[in-house]
Order: sequence, then structure tokens, then C-alpha cells
Amino acid sequence: MNLEKVVFGFFILLAATLNFGFVYGDPGDPEHHHVYEFFAAIVVNFIATVLKVGESTQIGALHLATSLVAILQLCAAAIVWFWVAYESQDALGVRHTVAIVSLAAGALLANLISVVMLIIETTLQRR
Amino acid sequence: MTMSTPLFLFARQLRAPLIVLIAVYAIGILGLVLIPARDSSGNAASMSFFHAFYFLSYTATTIGYGELPNAFTDAQRLWVTVVIYMSVLGWAYLIATLISLLHDRALTEAIKAERVRREVRRLHEPFFIVCGFGETGTLIHHAIDHAGYRCVAVDVDPARVVEIDLAHLKATAIGISADVRNPGILIDAGLKKPACQGVLALTNDDHANLAVALAVRLLNPAVPVLARSQSPATTATMQAFGTDHIVNPFATFGAYLSLAMQSPGSYRLLSWLTGLPGTTLDAETCPPRGRWIVCGYGQFGREVVDSLRREVMPICIVDAAPAPDAGWPTAEYVCGPVTDRGTLLSAGIADAVGIVAGTGDDVTNLAIAITARTINPRLYVILRQRLRASQPLTDAYDADIVMVASEIVAHECIAVLRTPLLARYLAVVRSRDDAWADAVVARLEGCLGTVTPELWTVRLTDKEAPAIATWLRTEAAKIRLSELSRDPSDRDATLDCVPLLVARDQADPLAMPDPAFELACDDAVLFAGTLAARNAQAQTLVNINVRDYVLSGREVPGGHVWEWLANRRDRRGLAVHT
Repeated sequence: MNLEKVVFGFFILLAATLNFGFVYGDPGDPEHHHVYEFFAAIVVNFIATVLKVGESTQIGALHLATSLVAILQLCAAAIVWFWVAYESQDALGVRHTVAIVSLAAGALLANLISVVMLIIETTLQRR
Repeated sequence: MTMSTPLFLFARQLRAPLIVLIAVYAIGILGLVLIPARDSSGNAASMSFFHAFYFLSYTATTIGYGELPNAFTDAQRLWVTVVIYMSVLGWAYLIATLISLLHDRALTEAIKAERVRREVRRLHEPFFIVCGFGETGTLIHHAIDHAGYRCVAVDVDPARVVEIDLAHLKATAIGISADVRNPGILIDAGLKKPACQGVLALTNDDHANLAVALAVRLLNPAVPVLARSQSPATTATMQAFGTDHIVNPFATFGAYLSLAMQSPGSYRLLSWLTGLPGTTLDAETCPPRGRWIVCGYGQFGREVVDSLRREVMPICIVDAAPAPDAGWPTAEYVCGPVTDRGTLLSAGIADAVGIVAGTGDDVTNLAIAITARTINPRLYVILRQRLRASQPLTDAYDADIVMVASEIVAHECIAVLRTPLLARYLAVVRSRDDAWADAVVARLEGCLGTVTPELWTVRLTDKEAPAIATWLRTEAAKIRLSELSRDPSDRDATLDCVPLLVARDQADPLAMPDPAFELACDDAVLFAGTLAARNAQAQTLVNINVRDYVLSGREVPGGHVWEWLANRRDRRGLAVHT
């Protein structure tokens, strides 16, 4: 067992699970999507990205790409949220929540691909 | 993904500090959001994620705009104190790692190697790869640069690679400091690029040269290899797999020595034409016939003894080591300290005509030469100089012939590199007699002065001399060789150049051809002359109008308008006459 692999897998999985936890629920209901979980998802996604940087293999590059996509989606969601909370006149409604959640769902897809790649990579190793 | 390997290496090292920093920010933001705050009117409130991130961003980077959006509670201030220390430590860790990475030898090497690879990839002009950038390499680099080629230099010693940038040349060479025995390095140096004109293996290590020659043969057989070899065994191996040119400085010197004894004029011409750019014609020197003493019986001594024996001269060998048993030549042998007066006397220096100071050490060689001349001032001295650093001492001593291996290799390489026809011409020089060579030297010296002339080949093909080739195919009038030497700005004047050789097909080339020689398509002519003459001649070869003026004396107008005007004038002239 390799500690580095454990940490790597842990953060990739955690990024996906936190992202899933945030997206899970009624996409239009602000009560179903908590800001703390969103924050945790962003932080863990950043850590996962840093862990993926520096892999010079083809699959490593793809890993990094999925993480960058996830971060981009989550940051977009965060900016939408910020806009609604501070700059727009209306309160957080169904329309905004759907926008935020769908952006986060895109990040979830990227994170899930990353998890699938991790599994494929592990099964390809014969040890 | 090999493109930015150093970047990846860099990023990997920064993982830990970046993760620490992300964690510090996350903990700090979370704390600020969780700790109860008060709004401007004193009501209980909580800080939003956005404000927490904003506050931490300017506080952690020690910019510090103050407590925003409202004055903090004491509980918040306590947490902010903790966060400030954590974040400053986090940033310090990141910056310290960055600085140590910039000082990291392996990483800077990797970055440098990557930069070189990129430079080579962008190199599209014709270039040579020079392996071994010692004295020979530096000399050849100058010659390659002079000929207008680029150069990729590989040497084990990083200090030598740094010196490349200090040389004042038209184009700087790309320097790689690495072991040439690693074939990957040759590929990095551009071995597989189509612009690669040749590989020169010139290190002091025979085995390394062999490795280079072999690697080139296997990796890119189309590229010619020129390899230096100091032992007959290496030469044989290199010949076995078809190395294009093998230069053994000692054997070459032996051959030169024989030539100088048989035909001093030929030797003089040969060394002048193969000289480095800017060298001047030496006075004629002729090693005398009689008893010779050879000090130092190494690789060099052996070659000298062989060539002296070819000239049937009595030889006495002096060496510190006892005589080898196997294959021992029938010559006198004195074993003893070579710089010792007694040893030299017992070798019969008093009635010798010449001495060869040929040990592997410059100081010993000079000591031998000085001692020998104090005993017998009329001695003809051949001095072997190993290092260029000894040049001032050698100059001060004034030997009859100074043998510098690096220069001999450089001369050989330059002769091969300059133009393939030169090698054929030199073969002719070696086969002709002394008087012929003296006449050639006198002719060239009278026309061009004593500085080593520029040498170039003119091929009368559609590609290299389109104007002349078209004329030869379409016009009835022949072109004589002398007409190529006419000045394009005044056809009655002659350019400072002399044709040395005309080669037609595979037939024996014609040396020192007659000026009235009639040229044909696809002939190749070797010229010696000045750079200005070469450039002027190029106009005649390429430009149809210049060619017509030079060959017929007619000022032919260029362009349709002038042509039309000229035709009109001709018609009017005709009308007036009739």
C-alpha cells in the first residue's frame, strides 16, 4: 500500500462525494443546497487539482484536465451565487438556485469522470 | 508530454506548500464564517463566505485594509490573530520552496536542457554537430562559422560550453554540456534533423569518438561522420562500419613529414590551402636527410619513426621506458631520462641532423629541444605541442616544425568540410612533384597574396549557376574557363580568383586547367580567391543580364520597358543606316 496513492484517491473521491452531496436534492429549492457543503467542495477540488499537477503521463494530464473543468464550473457557480446575494435586487429564488446547482452538476460530471479514470488506472495495474 | 518536463518537475515540488496554503485559507475562511459577528447597528450577524475570502486575501498577503465589512468582535479578532500567523507561515513556506527550487541544480539543469532542445528544434539553417569542444573543436567552430554554417556543440565539461558564448562569431553555437556517449544527446543535438550537415567526433577519448560514429551510423546513416582516432585499433573499427572520414592526427603528421621531406613545395601548398581562415603562407621548410633522434616512443613517436624509416634514414629512439619486445623495429634505442644531457649525447646528438621532441608533455618536450640545441645548434627541431596554453613558450623557442594535434585534426576537418572538390585537389597535390607545387604557390601568391585563400566550388547546374547552365544548353558560343573570372562591373578586368581544378563526371579531374578550357554543363570548378571575387562571380552565375554583359560585352537592359526601348533604338539606328 502506498500512502501517496491513498491520499490521491481520498481527495479525488472526496471531491466527487462533496460535489454530489451539494447537488443532491431538488434543484430549485435553496433549502436543499447548503453553502458550507459548496465551500467544502471547492476547497477539496482545489487540493485535488494541486495533487494532480506534476503527473507527466497521458492519464495524469487527463486527470488534471477534469479537475480544471470542475474548478471552472464551481467557480462559475460561486460567482452566480455571489451576484445573486450581493448585486441583484431579488432574493435567492428557484431560478438562481437552478443555475447554481446545474453548474455544480457539471462539476460533478467532471469529478465522476476523474473517479472512473482512477478506477480504470487501478485495475490496469497488475499489482 | 515531454515538452514541459521541467515545468512538471517544478509543479510537483510545489504540491506540499500549495496544499498547506489552501488548507490554511479554508480553515481561516470557515472560522470567520462560523464565528458570530455584529453588523453596523450592533445586531448579531455572520460573515459571508465572500467577505471572509476577501478579508483573508488581503490580510494573509499582509496588505491589510482593516476590518471589513464591519468592525470585528473580540472573538473574531482572536481567530484572525491565529489565521494571520498561519497564513504568513503558509506563504513563507511556499516562497522558501520556490527559492530553493530555483537554486536546485537538477532542476536548473533540466530547464537548461529543455531550452537547448527548443533551440535545436527551431534550428532550420544547415548546421554541424561538433562533439568535443576542446582546442580542435574551437578551431573548427571558427571555420564552420566562417563558412556560414551553424554549429551545435556537445562537451562533457560545462566550462567549455560556457566559453562558446564568449567566442566572437557571426552566429553563436548551441552548447550542450553532456556525455556524447549517450546517444539520446545526439538526437537532442539534432542528429535526425534534415538540416544536419554532418557530425564531427573530436573528443580526446577514442572510445567516445567511436561511440558517436557508431550512433550516427545507426540512427541517421545519411549524415556524414568525421571522427578523430588516435590508435590504429579504433581506426580499424571505425573503418569497419563505414565512418566517412577518420582523422588520426599522428598518422597525418607522419604523412606530412614524409611529404615535406620528399617535396617541400607540395607540403607548403597543402598546409596553406587547408589552413585555418586568416593564416598566412609559411616559408618553405625541408627536413634534412641524415641521422634523426626521436624522443618519446608513444603513438606519435611510432608514426614519426615509421615515416622516417620510409625515407630510409638512420634513427635513434630515446625513451624513458625500456624497449618494447614485440614488433620491435630495427633502430637504435637508448633508454634513459629524455631531458638528460648524457642520454642525448649517448644517442649521438652531436652528429645528428634533426630531433623530434615527441613525448606527451609540453614542458619535457621544450626541455629536450633546448638541451639538444645547446649541444648541437644546427639541429632541425620538430616539437610536439599538446596544449594551446603552451603556445607562448613554443613561439619563443622557434622550432622548425611545431606539431599540434588539435590543429592537424582541425585542418583535415576543414579541408573536408569546405568543399568536397578540395579533397580531390589535395590528392593531386600529393601526387605531383615539387616544381609543380612551387609554380602553383607562385601563381596563387602573385594573384591573391599570402593569406589562406577562400575556396569554393562552382557547379554549372541549373540549381547553382542557372544563367551559365542555360547559356551552355541553348547558345552556340562556348564559354571558356577564363570568362568566369571576369569582373561583372568591368569585363576587361579580372577578378582575384584562380581556378584550381575542373571535374567532369567521374573522370580524373583536371588540375590547374588552361584558361581556354571550354566548359560544359554540370562541370564543377574549384576556385581559390578572395571573398569579394566570390561574391562578384556569383552574379555572373545567377543573373542573366550580368552574364550577357560578361560573356558578350552587350549591356542588356533588364525589364520589358527597357527591352522595348532598346529594340526601338535598334530599329531607328537601322533606319538611319539604310
